[in-house]
Amino acid sequence: MPLSLKRRSVLPGFGLTMGFTLLYLSLIVLIPLSATFLKTATMSWGQFWNTVTAPRALASYRLSFGASMIAAAINAVFGLLAAWVLVRYSFPGRRIVDALVDLPFALPTAVAGITLTAVFAGNGWIGRYLEPLGIKVAFTPLGVVIALTFIGLPFMVRTVQPVLQDLEAELEEAAASLGASRWQTVARVILPELSPALLTGFALAFARAVGEYGSVIFISGNMPMRTEITPLLIITKLEQYDYAGATAIGVVMLVLSFALLLIINLLQWWSHKRYA
Amino acid sequence: MAEPIVLRRAIASITPARATTEPAIVRWTLIGTASVFLGLFLVVPLAAVVAEAFGKGVSAYVAAFREPDALAAIRLTLLTAAFAVPLNLVFGVVAAWAIAKFEFVGKNLLITLIDLPFSVSPVVSGLIYVLLFGLQGWLGPWLAEHDIKIIFAVPGIVLATIFVTFPFVARELIPLMQAQGTEEEQAALVLGAGGWQTFWRVTVPNIKWGLLYGVILLNARAMGEFGAVSVVSGHIRGLTNTIPLHVEILYNEYQSVAAFAMASLLAMLALVTLVAKSLVEWKSQRDLAIGEGTAARGDVR
Repeated sequence: MPLSLKRRSVLPGFGLTMGFTLLYLSLIVLIPLSATFLKTATMSWGQFWNTVTAPRALASYRLSFGASMIAAAINAVFGLLAAWVLVRYSFPGRRIVDALVDLPFALPTAVAGITLTAVFAGNGWIGRYLEPLGIKVAFTPLGVVIALTFIGLPFMVRTVQPVLQDLEAELEEAAASLGASRWQTVARVILPELSPALLTGFALAFARAVGEYGSVIFISGNMPMRTEITPLLIITKLEQYDYAGATAIGVVMLVLSFALLLIINLLQWWSHKRYA
Repeated sequence: MAEPIVLRRAIASITPARATTEPAIVRWTLIGTASVFLGLFLVVPLAAVVAEAFGKGVSAYVAAFREPDALAAIRLTLLTAAFAVPLNLVFGVVAAWAIAKFEFVGKNLLITLIDLPFSVSPVVSGLIYVLLFGLQGWLGPWLAEHDIKIIFAVPGIVLATIFVTFPFVARELIPLMQAQGTEEEQAALVLGAGGWQTFWRVTVPNIKWGLLYGVILLNARAMGEFGAVSVVSGHIRGLTNTIPLHVEILYNEYQSVAAFAMASLLAMLALVTLVAKSLVEWKSQRDLAIGEGTAARGDVR
């Protein structure tokens, strides 16, 4: 194995393409990101810590992370169900539903935000049935959870679907021939097979939900300490020209994003090993 | 998140009936539950956009688009997409070529770095550009001296959109080109083709569906981006509002028909995106089947 940075290749263009790639990447991504981290270096550690652990910030973390967890969990259950139904059964309209699953991914977040608010508000199509029951959705954390469930839906379904599709029939048939009931086969043979995909989908939906802004701010009501999500806190600080504070919280979110990115990459590497 | 938005094999065929399927009652209960869930989250919002937009009749709907601010917002959105899409497209192809066709140290790191913008929250994406180009940012004083406006002006919006949509085409092409390998390009070179010829006549036809798919998603995201653009734009009516920002302004002013009218444009864009996506998947599945059929000299499905 030659000791070089790049194995020889007959194909042309490595220098040019690599150079352009690194240049563009640095200009658009790396330099702006490092500007953010360097800016926090101008704050003292004490200042940084106080900003990041202020009660309002902590309340926003609780809401953002908590609601994202719950939304991702809901998507894990119903997304798995939807993927199962789409892969295994045939029913009228299946293809349309299958294409529609990507809607939350394709629909701009602001549109999703105002539409969900309109639907779940007190006089909305669904809200008018829930409100008399005492379930208030708009302007409460429940509204946040619903919005985050909406935008995380395709991540779960699209991660589980290909795995379900490629699942070998032999496994189930072997289990059935060995005397397992249908439920036993599903619970002890199929679900464990799906677990890497489920975890990956959960992590993807969670990562997306934590940073989500547009879909949530309309339905949440944005009350500090109660229904204020972390990205909104950043924007509020920016509007008050508290750049240092905004950056501090932004760094917290960035660190979390990178950690999640790492976890997701590990999960996908594990999935790849399992399913390859 | 190195996992790409892979072109799924279109579910064109039903898995054959097995001895091990659930009883019919279970099946239909599951289908019903899934339909309720999906209907609630997918169909109802779509229907609501249409209902609210036309809530006061067609003339109110059309009048919303005659507002100069609305037209300015549409123009700015189109302008932003006109910059973001080609730039990130070129980058995606170039990066995929460098990564997929060559072996080098640090490839995984590079792929992860390219994926970074996908994992960063939109608000933070806008924040980092404010910290770089804003008045208190690194380059702020220099820009102010030369009277160049980036933040709270159009260039900032374009930059933030480029950041947010950065990985879309690259994520799509890299695994595709990696899976295709380098044999065909090497064969072309051996037969005497030059570098550009090889690229245009061998590589591009192979990746055309993945490329189209990536561009469709890129465009949808570029036109619909809200959080990042919200931070850098300054919300100056008629100047620095894209369609999503304008929707927010109208909604906050309780002009709900106008807000939903603008939103319906974006919803239509989303539907067109979904249709285009399905078409591309179908076509690529067909090409794959034809290719396999030719290779195996067997049935083409």
